[in-house]
Order: sequence, then structure tokens, then C-alpha cells
Amino acid sequence: MQMTAEAKSSKQSASKSGASREIFLPPERDRVKDGGKPHLSAKNFSIFYGDFEAVKKIEADILSKYVTAIIGPSGCGKSTFLRAINRMNDLIPSCYTSGSLMFDGEDVYGKYTDEVQLRRKIGMVFQKPNPFPKSIFDNIAYGPRLQGVKEKKVLDEIVEKSLRKAALWDEVKDRLDKNALGLSGGQQQRLCVARTLAVEPEILLLDEPTSALDPKSTAKIEDLIEELRGSYTIAIVTHNMQQASRVSDYTMFFYEGDLVEYAPTKQLFTNPRDQVTEDYITGRFS
Amino acid sequence: MNIGTRKILDRSFTAVGLTSILLMALALLVVVVPIVSGGIGAIFFKGTIEHRKLQLREFDNGNREVLDRQIAESEPYRQEVFRMLDAFAAELETFEPTRKREYSSKVSSVKDIVSHLLGPIPGEPEPILLRFQYGTTRWEKAEESLHDLMFVTKWDTSNPEEMGKQYFVPRVDEFAGTSLAALFPYIEENLEKMLLPEQTFYWGFLTERSLDAHIFGGVWAEIQGTLFLAIGAMLFAFPMGVIAAIYFTEYARENVFTSILRSANSTLAGVPSIVFGLFGLAFFINTIKVSDSKSVLAGSLTLAIMILPTIIRAAEEAILSVPKTYKEASIGLGSTKWRTIVTVILPAALPGIITGGIISLGRAAGETAPIIFTAAVSVGATIGLGDVLTSPTPALSWNIYNLASEHEAANEIRHVQYGMVLALISIVLLLNLSAILLRARISKKLKG
Repeated sequence: MQMTAEAKSSKQSASKSGASREIFLPPERDRVKDGGKPHLSAKNFSIFYGDFEAVKKIEADILSKYVTAIIGPSGCGKSTFLRAINRMNDLIPSCYTSGSLMFDGEDVYGKYTDEVQLRRKIGMVFQKPNPFPKSIFDNIAYGPRLQGVKEKKVLDEIVEKSLRKAALWDEVKDRLDKNALGLSGGQQQRLCVARTLAVEPEILLLDEPTSALDPKSTAKIEDLIEELRGSYTIAIVTHNMQQASRVSDYTMFFYEGDLVEYAPTKQLFTNPRDQVTEDYITGRFS
Repeated sequence: MNIGTRKILDRSFTAVGLTSILLMALALLVVVVPIVSGGIGAIFFKGTIEHRKLQLREFDNGNREVLDRQIAESEPYRQEVFRMLDAFAAELETFEPTRKREYSSKVSSVKDIVSHLLGPIPGEPEPILLRFQYGTTRWEKAEESLHDLMFVTKWDTSNPEEMGKQYFVPRVDEFAGTSLAALFPYIEENLEKMLLPEQTFYWGFLTERSLDAHIFGGVWAEIQGTLFLAIGAMLFAFPMGVIAAIYFTEYARENVFTSILRSANSTLAGVPSIVFGLFGLAFFINTIKVSDSKSVLAGSLTLAIMILPTIIRAAEEAILSVPKTYKEASIGLGSTKWRTIVTVILPAALPGIITGGIISLGRAAGETAPIIFTAAVSVGATIGLGDVLTSPTPALSWNIYNLASEHEAANEIRHVQYGMVLALISIVLLLNLSAILLRARISKKLKG
């Protein structure tokens, strides 16, 4: 995909389903090497809970190695969309999808797609820190062990590398054998990031990763996202618009299941094309 | 409702609640205190020299030298009793026939009591049953027999309007004027010297087999049988129950079939245990013939079916109480469903599953009805581990009932019954206690 024509900024009423594909300018922050290819493309992609259409006919690409924020009021379908990307919604029996969601040229919901392999490539960090009630080491080693890594030396390396990436190594290196539930909330969340990174995913999905954390821990997670930008494709759902504007290159705005606006972050926050977007980012509703 | 009324209602409810709890505690105390004191009496009591003889000869316990010395010490007093009986037998020969007949029946009941107290009388034929080969082993029983010796029990039925009244006549009066009259004061005075009672700790009650249908010896066969049955039941029910719980919580879809399964499971939990007993007989023994007749295997299977619903329910609750986030985390890392269950969900649910299991184990140990037809015998040998597939076994729960109601000398062995009850209660309490400790330990480990 090429990055040409500037997105139109005419303010219209909510462009309902079937919004045409946007072509973006490169982000104004430093560009990322080899980035900007569509890593995930949704075509006419809808998600249903029973009869209820929670996400309606999304048309969008998520670009590789950049950070894409997904914002919107509660119940707008943003988390549902994020969880659909690595098929976590499979855990909900009544949930099904239509349309297509392509990941690296493969349909995520294809008949022959192995969702287990898929989730190894698309890792996820959840709203509430959810370490296993095991030691810190075992938490990080859980993913690699699933893939059959047994050697202690290799595991040691992976654990250290992942914890370093998640900026947690210095804090926990002396107590790797202690139970992870003994860590603080912020540490637990970084542990969860490290645990996801240990599987070496291509895409990192963050589902409101700081909503349960204090400001200090939140800042650390945001720093971490900044660190990871350029190495992983990151999609982050957040309630916090400042956070979205701080950490992301692109922003998707969801409203009542529609992808109302999708634009480079700065553009969306300074010059929203859509009235609903403007109302939301200026705090008229939330 | 104003504040005043509300407070009065609150207080009166507190009072009612507290009263009912206190009443329950009191009732428990009323049951437990006699059981514990009676049960301790089976292990800690005043044992006579006969008890020590029995222990040495039958179980090879005790010090032979000390015993020989004590036998030598008590022998002169015993010989004096036997001498008096012999003397009276000689005197009896001089009596005229009617008097002789009268006295010989009187003296034979004296002899019965004396041999019950001291063991076989020399010169009488050697008894075959073990219970007659020894005298009284417990001092409080000896005191009862002494009373029987000293007094004849008679019934006053002179007033036909009333129930007959029991009264006692000194036995010595029956022998007034004969040489045997001296026997009674002599035994009364010297019984302690003949039996040499001393405080005894009889741990063997818990570890030794019983002799002559529980007249002597311990209850090891029953304890072992109970353990075999309970553990055997767990071997079947625990894995099956946990697997069923995993199916219900993780695999089953909500449809008519699973809701039927669920309600069948709940119903099964409420079926009376005797029905399981009959089912076990009809199915395991008569239909699929796991053994020719009663066996530990058949009993274990029956108990397993009985405790299965409880285990399933407990495991289901435990699995459902594992935070969903663990599962999400594991699935999100690219784990399969099965792997998630084995490595994350089951370890986190383990405290609950184990608690349910051990409480069921306690229930299996205590149940009587399911094993009546399938596994229990009232008197049986101590079986080995190799016999469990084919042999029946005595078991505490069944033998408590049996000894209390059907034993030919139920009154003589009250201490054994109490001892069994105490052993059973202790086993169940120990199991529950270990469940609590294990749970606490695993929970602590999980919490970090």
C-alpha cells in the first residue's frame, strides 16, 4: 500500500458502515524501518453476539510496526474488535463473525486456520494483570514451554530477554522463583507483557493495559510501548485519550460498533473529520 | 419500621441464632464425651494378669520374666480357691442324694463364675473356645463378676399387679454350714491378689487382630478394611469425578443433554445409601460379577458410585472458581484447551478439588449401608493387599453395628464397640483435618 493523498478533513455526520479504505500519510513521529505494510486487513468484517452486531462491517488495515490506538465510548465494540484479532472471542459461545480479517495473507477465521498457532503470532495483554499463580520464571517460560522448549539454558535466556524488553529485569532478577502474585500491579502488568513477548509474537494486542494501574505504573507501561514501537505491530485499546495521543501513531475511533474515523493520531486529535469524533475527543460524551 | 423495633428484632435474632448454635454444640458434647471416654477405655484400662497372659501367649507381647513372677505371686491365692472347691467336691460325696443334687447345681454356677474370673479350673476339661481359656482381662469386668459371685439375682413376683422386682441374695447363705461358705469372703478379700490389676496402655487395640470374635484383641482388621474400602473408592471415584467435572465445566455445551446429565448428577447425590448398597449387590456382584461374592473390590466400586456426585460437584465448583483471566492468559499465549486445563486450571482448582475428595473419602470411610451387601463381614481375617479383589473384609462402620446388635456377648464387649466408634471418628476427623491443612498449604503456595 502506498502512502499518498492526504485524508480528507471535511466534517460529515458519522460515516456508517462500509467506510472506504483510508490511505495514510506516514506518521509524523519518526518513521519505522520496514513498517507501514498492512499487517491486518479487515474487509467487511462484523462481529456478532447472538443477534447483536457488536462490530459492524469494518474496513481497515492495521499497519505493521506502528502503534494503533483504538478509542471510543464504553460498549462501542473496540475491545470486541481487538479480541477478535487473535480469536479470544472463541471463548464466548454465542460470538461469531462475518466478512474477513486477513493476517499476513491468511484469513484469521478461515476454515483451516489453527487458532492456537495464530495466538502465538498475535499476543495479547489484558485489562487486569493476570499472571499465573506460579513463579515469575514459570510465568515467562510458560509460552516457550508450550512450544516445546525444555532446555533450562534456553529458557533462562528467553526469560531474561523478555524481562529486559519489558523493563522488569532489574526489579525481579533476584526473585525469579518467587510467586508472581507477590509483585505490584504495575510489575504484574509488565510481567504479562514480558510473558507475551517471550512467545515472540508479531503483533501485540493491548486491551486497556493501564486501566487498573496507578499513574506511575501507567507511565512505565507507556514508556514500554514506546520502546516496543518499531519492533512489533501494536494495537492498544484505551479509554484514556491522552494516552492514545501520547503513544500511538494511528487512532481508530469506534462508536456504536462502527469504525467512525481512522487517521494518523495527530490528525484525528487536532482535526477530526467527523462530528462524533470531535464530540468524543472534546469530552462532550464519554 | 422505627429504629427501636429494628434493634429489638436484630437482638432477638442474634439471641435465637446463638441459642441454636449452643444447643448444637451441647448435643455434640453429649454424643462425643461418652464416645471418647468409652473409646479411651478400650486402650487405657486396668488390665489383669489374664490380659498379660493373653498378650504374651497370643501376640508375644510383654515381659515373660515379669509375668512368670506375677503368676508365681498370684498362684497361692488361686490354689487356695481351687483347694476349697476340691474340698467341697469331696464333701458333696458325703451328702444324701437329694441334697447332693441341689448343691451340685449350685456349685456349678459358682464354678462358672470362678472360671470366668480366673481362667479354667484345674481338673475340668480343657475348654475349646478361646474366650474360656482365659479369666477376666479387665478389672472392671472382674468386679462385675465378683458381684455375681457374691450375690444371687432373684426376682420378686409376689405382687401380680406389678412388674417383677430384682433383688440380690448373698450367695454365701446358700452354702451356710458347708465348707464352701469360706470361699466367698476369701475371694472377695483376695481377688486383687489373684488378678493383680495394673494400669495398662493397650495400643495393640489399634494394631492387633481380634481373637474369638472380638472377645479379646484389637480392631486392626476393621481399621484396615475401612481404609481399603475408602481408598479403593477414591481410586475409582476421584479420577472419574474430576474428569466429569472438567467435561461439565469446559467441554459440555449448554443443551438438553447436559442439563439432563447435571440433574441426574444432583439426583444421584440425594439417593439413600442403602439403595447404592442394593445396586452394588445387583450390579457389581450379580450382574457383571466383579467377584464371586462380597469383596473389597465390589464394596469400593459401590462406595465410588455413591461419592461420585459429591466429587463432581466439588470439582466443578473449584474449577468454576478459577479466575477466567488465567484461562484467557493461557489461551492468549497460544496454549491448547487441554494444555490450559492441565497446566493452569487444574493446579489453581486443586485445593478445592482435594478438599472435596478428602471429605468424600471421610464419607466413604463412615458409610455402612453400601458395604453391607457388597463387602463387609462381621468377623473375618485380616486380609492382605493381594486379597482385595476377591475377599470380603470386616470394616469399622459395619462392625460397630454388628457388635452392638448381633454379637452373642454384646454386653461383655462394650469397650470394643466404643473403641471402634472412636477409631472411626478419629479416622474421619484426621482425614478432614488433613484436607484443611493440605488446602491451606496449596492455597498459600498459589497466593505466593
